[in-house]
Parts: sequence; C-alpha cells; structure tokens
Amino acid sequence: MLIQSLNRFFTNTGTSRFQWRGIKDRLMSICMGVGGISVIIAIVLIFFYLLYVVFPMFLPAKMDTVASYPRPAAQLGQTLHFAMEEQNEVAVRLTDQAYAVFFKARSGEVIDEVRLPLPAKAKVSSFTHGRLSSGLFIYGLDNGQVVVGQHQYDVSYPNDKRKITPRIEYPFGAKPIVADAQKRAIQQLALRSDEDQTTIVVVTEDGQLQLTHLQKEESMLSDEEDSASVQISSAMLPVVENIKSLLIEYGQRYLYVAEQSGYITVIDISEKTEPRFVERKQVVAEGIQINHMTFLTGGISLLIATSSGDVVQWFPVRRGENTELTHIRSFITEEKSGIRDIETEQRRKGFVTSSGQGVVAIHHSTAHSTIVSKKVSDYTIQHVAISPRADYVLAESADHHIQFVHVDNEHPEISWAVLWDKVWYESYEQPDYTWQSSSASNDFEPKYSLMPLAFGTLKAAFYAMLFAVPLAIMGAIYTAYFMAPKMRTYVKPSIEIMEALPTVILGFLAGLWLAPVIESHLVGVFAMLLLLPLGVLIFALAWQQLPASIRSLVPDGWQAALLIPVLFILGWMALSFSAPMESVLFSGDMKGWLDRHFGLGYDQRNSMVVGIAMGVAVIPTIFSITEDAIFSVPKHLTFGSLALGATPWQTMSRVVLLTASPGIFSAVMIGMGRAVGETMIVLMATGNTPVMDLSIFQGMRTLSANIAVEMPESEVDSTHYRILFLAALVLFAFTFMFNTVAEIVRHRLRKKYSSL
Amino acid sequence: MIRDWFKSGTPWIWLNAAAVSASLIIVLGLLALIAVRGLGHFWPADVMQAQYTVPGSSAVTVIGELTDTESVSLEDLHSAGYTLKTDKLRVDRHLIKTGNRDVIGSDFRWLLEAYLSDVSYPQNIIALERREWGNFYGYLKTIKEDGKVVAEGDASWSELEQRLERVLDIFEQIREIEKGAIGDVNYAIEDLRLERRRLELGGEDTPENLKALVVKRQQFQKEYEVLQIQLNELYRIINRDSLTAEVMDGRVIDISLAKLVRIYRPNDLSVLGKVGFYFVRLWEFVSDEPREANTEGGIFPAIFGTVMMVLIMSMMVTPFGVIAAVYLREYAKQGPVTRTIRIAVNNLAGVPSIVYGVFGLGFFVYFLGGNIDHLFYPEALPAPTFGTPGILWSSLTLAILTVPVVIVATEEGLSRIPRAIREGSLALGATKAETLWRTIIPMATPAMMTGMILAIARAAGEVAPLMLVGVVKLAPSLPLDGNAPFLHLDRKFMHLGFHIYDVGFQSPNVEAARPLVYATALLLVVVIIILNLAAIYIRNRLREQYKGMES
Repeated sequence: MLIQSLNRFFTNTGTSRFQWRGIKDRLMSICMGVGGISVIIAIVLIFFYLLYVVFPMFLPAKMDTVASYPRPAAQLGQTLHFAMEEQNEVAVRLTDQAYAVFFKARSGEVIDEVRLPLPAKAKVSSFTHGRLSSGLFIYGLDNGQVVVGQHQYDVSYPNDKRKITPRIEYPFGAKPIVADAQKRAIQQLALRSDEDQTTIVVVTEDGQLQLTHLQKEESMLSDEEDSASVQISSAMLPVVENIKSLLIEYGQRYLYVAEQSGYITVIDISEKTEPRFVERKQVVAEGIQINHMTFLTGGISLLIATSSGDVVQWFPVRRGENTELTHIRSFITEEKSGIRDIETEQRRKGFVTSSGQGVVAIHHSTAHSTIVSKKVSDYTIQHVAISPRADYVLAESADHHIQFVHVDNEHPEISWAVLWDKVWYESYEQPDYTWQSSSASNDFEPKYSLMPLAFGTLKAAFYAMLFAVPLAIMGAIYTAYFMAPKMRTYVKPSIEIMEALPTVILGFLAGLWLAPVIESHLVGVFAMLLLLPLGVLIFALAWQQLPASIRSLVPDGWQAALLIPVLFILGWMALSFSAPMESVLFSGDMKGWLDRHFGLGYDQRNSMVVGIAMGVAVIPTIFSITEDAIFSVPKHLTFGSLALGATPWQTMSRVVLLTASPGIFSAVMIGMGRAVGETMIVLMATGNTPVMDLSIFQGMRTLSANIAVEMPESEVDSTHYRILFLAALVLFAFTFMFNTVAEIVRHRLRKKYSSL
Repeated sequence: MIRDWFKSGTPWIWLNAAAVSASLIIVLGLLALIAVRGLGHFWPADVMQAQYTVPGSSAVTVIGELTDTESVSLEDLHSAGYTLKTDKLRVDRHLIKTGNRDVIGSDFRWLLEAYLSDVSYPQNIIALERREWGNFYGYLKTIKEDGKVVAEGDASWSELEQRLERVLDIFEQIREIEKGAIGDVNYAIEDLRLERRRLELGGEDTPENLKALVVKRQQFQKEYEVLQIQLNELYRIINRDSLTAEVMDGRVIDISLAKLVRIYRPNDLSVLGKVGFYFVRLWEFVSDEPREANTEGGIFPAIFGTVMMVLIMSMMVTPFGVIAAVYLREYAKQGPVTRTIRIAVNNLAGVPSIVYGVFGLGFFVYFLGGNIDHLFYPEALPAPTFGTPGILWSSLTLAILTVPVVIVATEEGLSRIPRAIREGSLALGATKAETLWRTIIPMATPAMMTGMILAIARAAGEVAPLMLVGVVKLAPSLPLDGNAPFLHLDRKFMHLGFHIYDVGFQSPNVEAARPLVYATALLLVVVIIILNLAAIYIRNRLREQYKGMES
C-alpha cells in the first residue's frame, strides 16, 4: 500500500500535498501496527521464555556411539576397570597383569603404559577401586599383599593448547602393604580412604576377612604432610562364606559383605580392633544371585545388581535406636541375562549398567527411572565406565571392542514423581515430600519436591483469604449500598490507595512489629475475634434504644464512622486485657498451653501473621472490585424490591448480592491470584521453612519466596535453575488462569447489566 | 424484641459497617504507625541516668535513652532467672539504649522497673554519634591534643565543639580525595587495563601502543602517589585530637575525634534546639550515605538509585505502552482476537512480580547481557559487564512489569473520548493520522500521564524482582558520576524498598536499625501515596471534562 501511494505521488505531483498526507497516514498506521504488535509480542515473550528454559528438563536423554575401536594394548591383559578424566580426553584401562594403560578416549591410541610395582613372582588375584572421583584403586595379590595406586592427570597449556598428562601415584608408597600376614591369596577386597585414615578389608582364599587400618598420625612438630606416620592394625572379622563383594562405607564405620547367594552382612568396624556383627539380610529373592554391589555417590545407598537383570537399592534406615538395612526401590530391566557391570556417576545419584545383550542403560535413583538405554554392541558388555561429568560412557564388549558413547543427559533427576510425589530420600525414615535444593557437596541428594512449596503457597493464600474476604466483602456491601454518598467519596479511595502500598512495607511491619505484638498478646488477638462482633452488636442495640433526638445527630449511612471509635476501644480493651486473661486462663503462657494440650508448636513468624499482612494487601483489591459490582447493580432492581415491601437488608441479600455474585466471585479470584504470587510479605513474615503443616502457628515457604531466596545462588542452566523457572511458570500459569476466569466472569456480568 | 431486630437485618448492616470501620482503622493505623515511628527517630531523646539494683548484687549506674516499655508476666521473668517479690501478676520493664557497644558489648538492655531508682537527667551528659560502634553516652572529662590535655572540666565542651569542626572539615577533605580524586584515578587505571586487553584481543598490541599505555599508566600512578601523600598527611592531622569521657560504670575511655560525626548534650537542649537538631538529622537522613552496615546515617544512595531506576523505566515504558494502547484501540480490528489480547494484557498486570524477576534474570541478564558482553566487552571477560544484574536490566524488567498499567490507563482514556470528536475531525477531511495526532492524543494525554504515574508508583514500591536483577545492599558507586560515559547502566544500585528489607531483616543489629527502617518506609509510603493521589486527581478531572463534552 505504501508503494501504491508512492507511485501515485510520483505520477501525479499536482495534488502532492494531499498525497503526502496520505503517505504520512499510511506510515503512521504501519508504525503503530509494528510498534503495538511488537510490544504485545514482548509481553507474550515472558511465557515462552519461561517455557523455553523449563523445556529441556523434560527432553528425553540421548546416547550416541561416537567411536568404536579394539581394546588398546590388548596384550597387557584383561580389563579390570575403566576410568576417564574430567575432560573426557584420556581414559585408563587397568588390567589383570597390573598394567595401567592410558589411551585417548576418542581413538584408542595408547598414550602411556605403566606397570605397577608388584613383588617378583606375585600375581594379581583380585582388584577393586576406591571412590571413583579420587582415582584410587587397589590390587590384591596371591601372596597376601596389596598395592594401592591412584590415576592422576596433570593439565598444562603449552602453546595455549590443553595438554593432559596422565600418571600413576602411590599414596601409600610403591611398596606393597601386607594385608594378610599368613600370605594367603586375596580373593576379594575393599578400600576406603579419606584424609585421616584408610581401611582395607580383604578376603583370603580360605574365606577369612582381614582388616587393615592405616591412620595418618598428626605430627605436632611439623606441618608437612609427608611426616605423617602410618599405623597398621589388623583384625580378624567374623567369617562369612562365599563372598561376592565387599564395601566399606564412606565414614569407615560399617562394612558390607555381599554373598553370592543373596545375603548382605553388615559389620560395625568403628572400633577397628573389635568388629561387631550388626545384621544379616537377604536382599534379593531366593534363587537369584548377586552379580555386583556398589555404592551410589555419597556412600549411603547400596546398589545390588542381580543375575535376573534387576538392580535393587538398599540403605540403612533408622529404626528407634538402631539402623536397619531397608529395601528402597528396584530397577527392573528387561535383561534376563543379568547385569554384567554397574558403575555410578560421580556427581549425581545416577548409575550405568551393562548387560549380556550389549545394552548400556543409565538410571537415576531419586527419580526411580531408567533414563535412557541403547544397544551398543551385539556382544555382552563386560565393563562399563562413565566420565566424571557423566557425559561419556566407555563400554567394553566381549569381542574386545571399546565403544565410546556420548550421553546427553542433563536433567535425569526430574520426573513427575520427584516433583509432586513422596520420595524416599537417603537417610530418611520414610518417603516424604521435601524441598532441599542445594549443598556444597556432590554427595548430597538434592530434594526437589514442589509439594511443600505449593502447599505453603496455598496455605498462605488460604489464611490471607480467611482474613480478607469477610472484611472486604462486608465492607464493600456496606460501602456500595448503605453508606452515605458523601462518606463513600472519602472511604473508597482511602481503602483503594492501600493497594499501592509497597508490600515490602507490609512485610516489614508484619515481621518486625505485628509478629512480636501477636506473640505477646495471643489471647487478646483471639479474644478480639469474639469481642469485636459482639461489642458491635451490643452497641447497635444500645444505639437503637437511644432517644431519637440523639440518634438523628448521626444521619443514616454514617454508622461506619460511628463505629470507628467503638472498634478502637474494643480492640484496645482486648489487647490490654490479654495479659490478665492469659494469666487466668492459661496460667500465663498460652503458647505452652497449646503445646501441652494440642502439641502445637509456635513460630513467632507464622501463618497468622502472614494471613493478616497479606490479607491487608488483598483487601483493597477485593473491596474495590466487589464494591464496583454491587454498586453497578441496576437501581430499578433494588427499587422494585423495596417497593414490594422488602427491608433494605432483604433487598441486599436476596436481590443485590445474587445479581452481583459473579462480580464478587471474580473479586475473590483476583484477590487469590494476588495472594498466591505475593513475595515480599511471605519472605519477611515467615521463617521460610518448607514444612507441610496446616497449623496456623507455623510458618511456610511459598513458591515465590523460594524463588527470591534461591534464584540468585542457582547456577545457570542447572537443574535447580530450571526448576525455579518451572516454579515461576507454575505461578504465572496459575495467576493468569485465575485472572482470566475472573475477567471473563466480569465481562459477562457487565453484558448482563447492560441488558437489564 | 431481639428476635425481631435480628429478623429486620439491622444487625447485619451494623456488622457490615464494622467491616468498613475495621478496614479504615487498618489503613489509617498503618500509616499512623509508620509516620509516628519514622518521624520519632530523629528526635533527640533525653538521656537518663539511674541506679539499677538487682537484689543480691551491688547497684550499678545506668545511662541511656529510654526506647520502649512493656509489661511481662512473672512466669516469663521467672524462667529468665529473675525472682521478684510482688503481688502483681505482671511488671513493667524498660528497654534502654545504653550505646557504647565497644565498651559493654551491646547497645540495648532490658531493665526491670522495680529495680530502678534515682532516675535523673543530668545536664552534662554528652551523646556522641560515631562512625563506628554506634552512639556513645557519658560524661566529658578532658580534651587532648597529641595526648596532652588541653582542656578540662566545663571548658572542655566548647573546646570540643571547636575542635570537632576542624576534624569534620578534614574528614570532608579526606572523603573528597578518596571518593573523588582517587576514585577517578582508579577508574582511569582500570580503563587502561581494559584498553590493553582490547588491544591484545584485536591483535593490535604493538610495542608502540603498549608503550603509550604504560606511559599513561605511569602518569596516573604518579597522580595517585601524590594523592596518597596528601591523604596520609590528612590522616595524620585528623588523629591529633582526642577526648576522654567517663562511661556509666566509671571507666574513663579515650575517643579520637576523627571517629565522631556529631556531638550534643541531649538534656541541655531547649525545645527549639531539639527542633533544630531534629531537622539536621532529618536532612542527614535524606542527603547522606549510610554508615555502619546501613544501620546509621542516611539513605541518599537508595533514594538516588530508586529515582534513577524509575526514570529510566518510565522513559522506556511510556512510549511503548502508549503505542500499544493506540494500536489496540485505534488501529487493530476490534474482534475476538483484539478482545483476547486486551484481556491477556489486563491479566498480565496480575502476574506475580517475582515471575518478571525470573524472566529478567534469565532473558535480560544472562541471555541479552551475556551476548552483549561477548560482542562489545570481550576485554573485560570473564568479569561480566552487562551479563550481571544492573540498573539497566532492573529498569527493563520493571518496564515490562508496568507496561500493562500504561496500556490499560491509556486505552481507558482513548475509549472515553467521544465518537463525535473523532468523526468531526475525519468529516473535516483530516486523515486518520492527523485526527490521532492533533485531537485524540492531546485529549488522551492526561490518561497517559495517569498511566505513567501509576506505573512509576508501582515500580517504586516493587522489590521482589529487583532482588534478582540488580539491587544490592551497598553499592560502591552511584550509577551516575563524573567519569565518562557518566551514566553507568551496568552498575548495581541501591533501592529504598530493598533497603527496608535488607536493614530490617539481614542486618546484624536489627534493634538499632529499626527506627531507620521506619523512616525509610515512611519516605517510600509518602512518595507512593502522593504519586497515586496525583494519578487519581488527574483521572477524576479527565472524567469530568469528558462528561462535559458528551452532554
């Protein structure tokens, strides 16, 4: 159209001024269209951006084989263990001939081969790894000795290019440690090491358990690490037969011994010289064997892979004084051939399994789900390893090929059940709804249940509405229908201006002024509930009895003004008699009384404080909309009712309220929407503990306050970050829905009035 | 009779009236509470001296301001370890602000009324406002210069006043050098560092270029050294004078005059003197910088930050809001789509502000800001320039938050303009654009003003989203200063609302900071109520005007 006008402009210059105006007109409408639509798009963008951030959480994980190559340095023996370093460049293969073969993870090209210093003639008889993130491993030899090594990587940047140099360290010296003085071959072993102490437990060929404990001696005189001396103490442990696997818990207080037949024995080794039997438990069904046992990151949960292809998770749960190994959940795979290898992620509660059919699968324990599985080979996968960042998997199949698999699995910990259902978290006594998002350590199991937050949000909104709805609606009824017009012109704006009061001020007053006042005048506050309506009624009755000459001093419709001093005095009375009443009724301590009789704890910043403060924040909203709805009820309806002999109250309750009820409904909805999303008041007036407790004397944590508290600390694009976005999206959708319903109802009402 | 009375419904009417009264009491009570507590803060209260005798221990002298009185039940006292022989159920206790935190460990102390005796208000008690450790109360003993006594007894007060003037003068010079001159030099040196990095990144780090930078840097370094020498000299002379004063337990302590802000003898001040003092402190409150982790001093940076942020916001929100409203009302085809958009825009005003904060953090700060840094400020990386919360992002976030307010208000104004005016203009041959530009928009200007004022009022009070996109408890420098480019949109800022939250809830000494929070809240409330009243006034006048036009 613009071109048309330009054409006309050039062809017919005689009426150029007219043309120019036409162009301006067109230009303006184009500008307005573009501007207006882009502003509207910008606003709508919010929703889509939130969705865009949340969405990746629900994308399925993917696995792709990146490379496949024959086992590097195959002549150096069978693989016992694989590991990768942080950057996924270098991997290590530990063999049964005590070689550490370092190779490029992408191509299989050998970088270095290190032979561990075994004594002459000694042969490797067993192997295990320590904590995966530490790179510790231990070889058990057939002469009763063990060798502890550690694979380490040095990163340097010659010529601005990253170079990773692998090496093997010997944290306890290159000399083997004697784990069995009688020189019996070691069949199974376990290693746990931290800064102060190290425990090694071995099973000798005749089934004896031997414990070796190395303790770093704090040298008082020098600070040097090297000067620490090593103490060794050995102890005979109770004999358990047919041992498949050994694990020492991270605190080095418990030893778990798995028997092939499906039993786990727990031994208390906190006193290293006096091991104590705790319990023996069957962890899989009869006839099924244990193939593997490992710890989930954190060293609390035991993952047991079985011959029937399942993985079961057990951890000790506190039962009274003692702890008891308890079955938590099972991961059923379709692999009837059994799980061949299992390895845990180093920083999350996930683990990877491999099967006889060549399938590699990644599972997540908290989410209780198999995230992704893929057949990577036609042969049995014998060994599997996952990188520290859990983004690559190395799998060795029975045909001696290594598959290097990329894993795209950013947010395994999220599932519908995690967000909204009870989950049995590590160290908890039972499944629970818990929100506990962050911790300094990777061992921590993040607890992302939105339930307590949603509950807190609704609880806060509920108490706010409990306070606000009666006051606002009753006030609106009076203001719109009974109040003298002159008074109304003052009252309405002064209540409405409250809507503009910053909520940070309400929150501050609630937290620092109201909460202590309520705490010290608890009885008075409850007395007010009774005293105020009763007092008003008595006053009204007394007022009716007064001679008409006095009554006529206050014109009709000014009752509210008359009641202000009355309410003020009543309220003041209730508060000042609070203390004596408390002394008489509750022996001076209502909080203690509540606790003794009902077991109700009392938080100073509780739901009552929030209810009142947030109630004050939403009263103007509800009041204003309700008042408008009642006031705009067509006058002929009320006149008709009055003319037919109904009293004003009858007209109000039977005609006006009924007609205005959709408007009142929409007012409540909008008020509710505001209460649900309010942040500052709940942030300041509650303790922000995510508890699920309906008690009016307890606090809560709401979705919005949670965002305000945790968002600044959450790492960009982490699961936590996205969950907070999800919380924002939930709030957005929730309030938007409430408001839209309210708006539509109001729209209908307006149409109805205009037709009446 | 009572039954009839209930049947008539009159009691319900009275109860409804009570609801209105209750709401009014809440509104007015809130405002009164904030006003009284906020304004009371600046009044120099009398300082009392009393004997406090807890049975079983010897009497101690207490000096301090009475700040609060409450009654406590005997049970509570008992559990706190007091046994009091009285037949009353409750006893009064007073909260005394004893100051002298450095000497006795805490600012406040609860004292039981029953144990207090010999309350007096001696004329010669002095109160010192200090730069650290809060107030000091006690008796002035001597004035010293370089450790030698120069005044003693009655003469020392006037001597102190004189010498304090000198010290404050020097302090002002120190501050000027530190904040002003040295700040500028540091800024310039940082600029040079970035310049050097820019050259490196661009591959232009030739020896000549680098050398030029080094020369410039040396020049600044020299300037810096000169300033440092000046500063050292000032620090030396500011510490010349000190005073000794006796505190309530009889100890005599030494206080350097350099640590003092203001001195007064509260019990000696006349009412007029107190009024004068009141306004001095009020002025300090609005014009000075905060001291002692925001619990003392003024809130000027917070006021400045709030105004600045709101200004930038309104510059963005007004044109866009008006364009969107004009489009929706005048250009868009009025149908179900437009109606849906209108409802959606309306409802966006009800979306929780924290959601906008989350959006702002994700979209503006991390996405836009991160990309801007990579494109335009690679030399500063990995330290973010715009990829971190700041005043620009705060303003933008609040602009998005308040744009529905402007749209709704403007649309309302446009819809109130009688059809006849539009049709008249078109009938006279004006194009649509001319009609809009010459008649409609001028007539709707007050409505736009209303929208803008409401948007400003909303933005000024909003805190939750700002906590995510740029507000801090203490900003080292204002977003506007004398270093090019003068307006630093990437800087973090302080905000009145956040100041209330932070000082009231995150401060280590809440009790001492509370009056200041009330004062800040009062300032914020007054500003917002004035803005709202203005909006209401303009709107009402507008309605009247159109009513006149339609008839």
